[in-house]
Amino acid sequence: MPDLVWFLIRRLFATVLVLLALSLAVYLIFYALPADPARLGCGKPCTPDRLEQARHFMQLDQSTIQQYLAFLRGIVVGRTYGEGGAAVHCDAPCFGYSFPLARPVTTLILDRLPITASIALGAAVIWLIVGVSLGVGAALKRGKLFDKLAVGLALIGVASPSFLVGLLAILVFGFWLNMVPVNGYVPFTESPVDWAWHLIMPWLVLAALSSASYIRLTRAQMLEEMNLDHVTTARAKGAGERRVVLVHGLRGVLVPIVTIFGLDLGSLLGGAILTEKVFSMQGLGELLISGVSQVDVAVVVGVTLFSAFLVIIANLVVDLLHGVLDPRVTHG
Amino acid sequence: MSSSVPAAVSPTRQALRRVRRDRSARLGAWLVIGLIVIAALAPLLVRLAGQDAYTYNIGLLDPARGNAPSGTAGGVSGDHWFGVEPLTGRDLFSIVVLGLRTSLFIAAVCTVVTTVVGTLVGISAAYFGGWYDAIVSRLLDFLFGFPQLVFMIALGIIVPAGFPRWLLLILVISVFGWAGLARLIRNQARSLVTREFVEAARSVGSSGWHVITRELLPNLLGPVLVVATMAVPGYIGLEAALSFLGVGVPPPTPSLGRSISDSIVWVYTGTDPWFLFFPGAMLFLAVLGFTLLGDGIRDAFDVRLRRAT
Repeated sequence: MPDLVWFLIRRLFATVLVLLALSLAVYLIFYALPADPARLGCGKPCTPDRLEQARHFMQLDQSTIQQYLAFLRGIVVGRTYGEGGAAVHCDAPCFGYSFPLARPVTTLILDRLPITASIALGAAVIWLIVGVSLGVGAALKRGKLFDKLAVGLALIGVASPSFLVGLLAILVFGFWLNMVPVNGYVPFTESPVDWAWHLIMPWLVLAALSSASYIRLTRAQMLEEMNLDHVTTARAKGAGERRVVLVHGLRGVLVPIVTIFGLDLGSLLGGAILTEKVFSMQGLGELLISGVSQVDVAVVVGVTLFSAFLVIIANLVVDLLHGVLDPRVTHG
Repeated sequence: MSSSVPAAVSPTRQALRRVRRDRSARLGAWLVIGLIVIAALAPLLVRLAGQDAYTYNIGLLDPARGNAPSGTAGGVSGDHWFGVEPLTGRDLFSIVVLGLRTSLFIAAVCTVVTTVVGTLVGISAAYFGGWYDAIVSRLLDFLFGFPQLVFMIALGIIVPAGFPRWLLLILVISVFGWAGLARLIRNQARSLVTREFVEAARSVGSSGWHVITRELLPNLLGPVLVVATMAVPGYIGLEAALSFLGVGVPPPTPSLGRSISDSIVWVYTGTDPWFLFFPGAMLFLAVLGFTLLGDGIRDAFDVRLRRAT
């Protein structure tokens, strides 16, 4: 399939361009900051001499563009700050080095990523399943009690800030009923059961709210789809109702759902950050927020770019998936 | 040209009539009106209650329970209508109504800014088309799929300490908020651009600006109103979320999101769930009211807002 190969190459090329443009923009924005990271890192008393030394060590004495290029090179081949015995090495892929925390930003991110990713992925799986099935159900039972309940639930879900629902859930299920743990994260590798058990509340809270808009969308799309010619044709040819719904109706629904899901990946990350705060888990969001309050530019730039990269690449995957689901999507 | 049919009712008026007949939209409208009145009169209400949001009332706390408020329902009394804040004993009613004022103020300013920018960009992209439209569309796609919350948090670092945080909040929310509006308006405007009256205006030599403001904009007022109303609950939620994460308006300025964030520890231990209840309920009502009203207005104007093309 040469068409598909060309499509892949073009999409990859465009993605790399977007990543480069984005990282340059982020670099230029964040290095215009008023606080001087070298001053914070030069110790006391901060003589002009030592300040100059610190600046040189952190490679802040170069121009912004030089720093940006060094940053890009660091992602590919790694980076070394300073010379001789005091040198600090940051292995590739190096997203910068946090001097206040004395750790490479990549390590910091990789330490925190499993928490945020666990919340986000688990919630996404639940909300896609719940959102699509409730939406389809509501469309098929249009006007009946089930439909009204689903639409009502969706309205409440859309109108509730996630952190509010999370705290209510903690109060009801964690404190009053004392059924589930309300905080703490257990790594998957340590105990998969404990991992899931500790994540069940964050998943349900984040999924409940996001599935609301998917219920609405699936319902509307399904109602429309069931009136289209190909569904009528399938019925006329004697296909059973189950086959009509699952094969002919649902297929048209999945395409816009995948599109929207691609667009929602950014807010999925945002939702995971809010959720981790509600459940007192130390994920990427906590790293970023403490980076902002400690004026740790390397961490802030690293986390920001890393999340943007993640979302852009995930988008690429969704795009490719789109082509598989919908043969009408031409790779031209 | 005025219509010669005496009974003609403008589409806008018809739509408003439909809003009035829609029960949930009416509920939303009353909620919104009520909340706006409360927010506008907040300082007066606080004075009426004889309180302020800053005075510590250590005497109202119960040291035996980790300084949670003594008394029922978080210390509700004739003096403190919503009880007091744990640890400090500050009047919760004052905090909640002034916090609502902050929320609605920021959401309102963001709505105005993003509506104006989004409408202008959306209409012009639809009207001029070509490479301008292509660039705008790419930019919108890009902003849309973005981890916006991450950027909003991160931008806090480049702002000088003296810079007012509420202004920063408005800026970051607006910078990302206009994209959604612009996309919807662009899609609406695109179907108008090829219509005869636009052709006619063009053919007599009207300038682009004239066509946009005199021909397209009046026909898009319905969709613009719908999109703007539907954006408000999003901004209220976003402002609360940023405050909840600790990057909103700084203390001691009251903020619903920060109070909710402060309540986490009291919820975990179950010592004072009322500290979550009052600010939480206020935030929920605000978002719910604007969502109901927005849905009602959308249905009444019969605008189809597709997020995807």
